[in-house]
Amino acid sequence: MGTLDSIRSNPEAVLFYSFFKTLVGQPVTVELKNDLAITGVLVSVDQFLNIKLDNIKVVDEERYPHMLAVKNCFIRGSVVRYVQLPAPSVDTALLQDAARRERQQPATGARK
Amino acid sequence: MDSFQIFTTSTSLVDSVDKKLLVVLRDGRKLIGILRSFDQFANLVLQDTIERIYVADTYGDIPRGIFIIRGENVVLLGEIDEEKEDESPLRQVPVEDVLQIQREEMEAKVKREKTKHRMLSDQGFSVDVAEFGELY
Repeated sequence: MGTLDSIRSNPEAVLFYSFFKTLVGQPVTVELKNDLAITGVLVSVDQFLNIKLDNIKVVDEERYPHMLAVKNCFIRGSVVRYVQLPAPSVDTALLQDAARRERQQPATGARK
Repeated sequence: MDSFQIFTTSTSLVDSVDKKLLVVLRDGRKLIGILRSFDQFANLVLQDTIERIYVADTYGDIPRGIFIIRGENVVLLGEIDEEKEDESPLRQVPVEDVLQIQREEMEAKVKREKTKHRMLSDQGFSVDVAEFGELY
């Protein structure tokens, strides 16, 4: 697939994917572009930053009656506006460092 | 986090195949059907699909048959928990009633938006016009 090409042209392509992988198992709140916000345990994430959540709870449930019977969901990455994370799970210094390293040294090519 | 694994895995929908799913689309529609197939773009094939329209505490269903949905229109897929669905506080009503109420709500909303637009324009504001049919 075009994965390696997409990494060459966009070195940050794996950074957030790798970051989200460290958060699997944590409770997160995903806010979508349609203003729907869903809290759940992060089950998996992929290269498109599609998100799978378990044991979901919809924020402001009454506005979204269609979600009442849904316990797990798959969210297409393209519709995500924000992902709210538990602060203790995020090492911002590490993230900043990783981002800086990505810019200087893209994930493919310069690595030995 | 100092090794970036180049191999990538998909958040696979393979576990959801042959299950009854709720699909929310970008235009606000809610489809319920059995997922038969998907691909890397989240294109979906749904069987025995119904379009469910919710109004207040009621809903109406329109049978739709087999749907092929282009992935870019998909907002989310939810696995429907049959037990929780049975406990639902919502009543099913004939779909004509729901469509009627929905039409009335749409008309009222369009009227409100037009009035708002006119008042803002009179004040000298320029107003964004939401793209028709697409909520997000």
